[in-house]
Amino acid sequence: MSGLDPIETFRQEAQDLLEQVEQGLLDLARRPGDRGLIDAVFRGLHTLKGSGAMFGFDALAAFTHHCETAFDRVRKGEVPASPRLVAAVLAAQDHMRALAESRPVVDGAGEALLAELRAAVEGGEAESAAPAPVAPGLNTFRIRFSLPADALVNGARPLPLLDELRDLGEARVRAITDQVPPLGQLVPTECRLAWEVLLTTQHGRDAIDDVFIFVIDEMTLEVEDLTPVAVVAEDAPVLEAGVASPDMPPAANAAGETGRAQKSGDTVRVPAERLDEMMDRVGELVIAQSRLKQLAASSSDVALRAVAEEIERLASEMRDTMMIVRMVPIAQLFGRFRRLIHDLERDTGKQIELLTEGETTELDKTVIERLADPLIHLIRNSADHGLEGAEQRLAAGKPAVGKIMLAARQSGAEVVITITDDGRGVDRARVRAKAEENGLIQPGQTLSDNELLQLIFAPGFSTAAAITNLSGRGVGMDVVKKTIEGLRGSIEISSTPGEGSVVSLRIPLTLAIIDGLLVRVGAGRYVIPLGTVEECVELTPAQDARSTGRSLITLRDELVPFIRLREQFATGTPPDPHQKIVVVSTGRERVGLVVDQILGDHQTVIKPLSSFHADIGAFSGATILGDGGVALIMDIPALVAAGQRQDAQLRAAS
Amino acid sequence: MIADMSQQSIEALTFDLRGETFALEAGLVREVLDLLPETVVPGAPSFVSSVINFRGRVIPLVDLRVAFEMDVAAPTIDSRIVVIEYDVAGEPMLIGLRADKVHEVTSIDRAITEDVPRVGLRWRSEFIQLLARRDGDVIIIPDLDRIFAVGAQVSSVVASPLPSLA
Repeated sequence: MSGLDPIETFRQEAQDLLEQVEQGLLDLARRPGDRGLIDAVFRGLHTLKGSGAMFGFDALAAFTHHCETAFDRVRKGEVPASPRLVAAVLAAQDHMRALAESRPVVDGAGEALLAELRAAVEGGEAESAAPAPVAPGLNTFRIRFSLPADALVNGARPLPLLDELRDLGEARVRAITDQVPPLGQLVPTECRLAWEVLLTTQHGRDAIDDVFIFVIDEMTLEVEDLTPVAVVAEDAPVLEAGVASPDMPPAANAAGETGRAQKSGDTVRVPAERLDEMMDRVGELVIAQSRLKQLAASSSDVALRAVAEEIERLASEMRDTMMIVRMVPIAQLFGRFRRLIHDLERDTGKQIELLTEGETTELDKTVIERLADPLIHLIRNSADHGLEGAEQRLAAGKPAVGKIMLAARQSGAEVVITITDDGRGVDRARVRAKAEENGLIQPGQTLSDNELLQLIFAPGFSTAAAITNLSGRGVGMDVVKKTIEGLRGSIEISSTPGEGSVVSLRIPLTLAIIDGLLVRVGAGRYVIPLGTVEECVELTPAQDARSTGRSLITLRDELVPFIRLREQFATGTPPDPHQKIVVVSTGRERVGLVVDQILGDHQTVIKPLSSFHADIGAFSGATILGDGGVALIMDIPALVAAGQRQDAQLRAAS
Repeated sequence: MIADMSQQSIEALTFDLRGETFALEAGLVREVLDLLPETVVPGAPSFVSSVINFRGRVIPLVDLRVAFEMDVAAPTIDSRIVVIEYDVAGEPMLIGLRADKVHEVTSIDRAITEDVPRVGLRWRSEFIQLLARRDGDVIIIPDLDRIFAVGAQVSSVVASPLPSLA
């Protein structure tokens, strides 16, 4: 807990780097010529090699070195980023991941991967032998660059950069000392120098950018092409690099792109338990603050009151901030599936396109993590059972490439995630046959279309005639359903034969926070999840007296049964004169809960109950109120079921 | 609960329950609190009938007097809550224990501890791990493992048992 294990830090860094590299490779598969991507992949591999060696992951460093070398050649334009090469590096990357996590690897697996990598590089070399070499011609550039002041502290060194420039051709270097402060104010560890280099070289502009590839994000670089136009005119390939307009040089472009890429990774990794601890601290702060508020209210000290108000504002802002700290964009999750689709295409031989929508939708970190497995399963199902092979698709008049659409959107306190495919749709006849065979339904039993489809989620159900590597073991969909329900979510499927299927998941935004209605029953305070509340009405004493024999009220010509929570909770207190009925819906039915008082809205952090109280069933958790007291959160379906049982017992007894 | 049986003495926090002296290994104890507002959990087993807010966490409040079937008296000015951290079913858990009065941490000599006699005790002897003699008095070292395991199964008769929804 205390202190950071450097090895663990490296592993997390490696994880991030590998993820970046993977995204780069997958993008590269679509845009093979993109220099920014090639550079990003190269840099990722380079950094991984460097830090791997630093932390003693020698096997990883050595292995990564080969991939880096291969990509270095791509970067230099000697080899194209062919699909084969990309696939080889992707495969190699899984190996690196295993090495980084110190998982056992199969002997010789690394060599096999490297052999494939070499083959891919050499295959590419033959292809690109003709166009690659750039016609030699001398170019002259004026290069001005400066490093940020803290560059030296961060380990960047300007001298090797100058040396590399010198290696490119004849270079005249001049130091620019305008920014150097007078001796008295000079901080020796700060880099205040800038340099101007006049370089005559047979290389193009790209070679110069390569020199600065590892520092380009922080530094300022200006490159001016002084090559006489005549030379450029007879040398077309250089023209492209040479006549970059000064206001939009390619370097700036690349820097902008990598800058963006870096921004998305500009985060701090924090173990979730620390966030929980912090949440607890904020809870304590709020409680201490409410005590302070009470003290201040009884004091005549104006200054104390002002401070108390300030603290109140800060504490409530702090609480709000803590609530959103745990939220992460779902893009994190969707990003992982691109690789899955890549692998699925290979395994099924089908062409699949993955479309995503609403990636900025935010969800609680823990929810996102627990969603990964069910979603993988659903996507596999869509690819394996839903989508048809290319010929079948063409015969059905559909494009050869199957589409899987992954979309997320927020709807109130829930996020709706849909997985849509344009495949063959669910085969009702087969579902029915299978369900009959497994004894899930009686032969010939009449079912609505929806009921029939929901059978897919029944335990032990599987329609795949053959068990494939992907899905079809029949353990899938019911496990998916259980996981989703464990997240307080729901799952539904709809399907049109011949046109495809849609699976929709509804997931609460967070497991940690709940919007609730705070009520009082007897002396205890309770939270009713707001999502279940339909309306609140008054139970007049007359109605109360009249309804002793039957617990029913009429709401807009509809009879609604109600439960007296005072009795259910055995509070032993007399009823308030103005009792209220909170009408809740359990999905199937509406039930009124009689409470003594409605205290108001309450957005609240859910605290789990200990194992002593988890089995009671009527409460899904607890929360800490502003005054430090504890309120229990009602589990409405369980509570209603218990109330119904109690009623049945009463009836049986009388 | 006393992990190392080979140790010669046990550092233990002693406290009173209905005039009897109990002891808990000092290493388990996190904090001793004055009484806090309690929240009754309807339907909970009576030996753990309520929860409290301990530093932003909701923790169960266990009444050992109920477990030992002693009669329960109203709290006094000396009443305290002893918060311990204890593994229940493999999970470390913070648990509050009611105490009528909390004494000092003392060292209990292993040599003067005895196994529990089968007879001669007014309360449930299966919940006692060891007895120790001190100044002609007896200190009870409760068997928390057993108390928590059994207690959690016993449902209260106050409210009707509420079924959990699978």
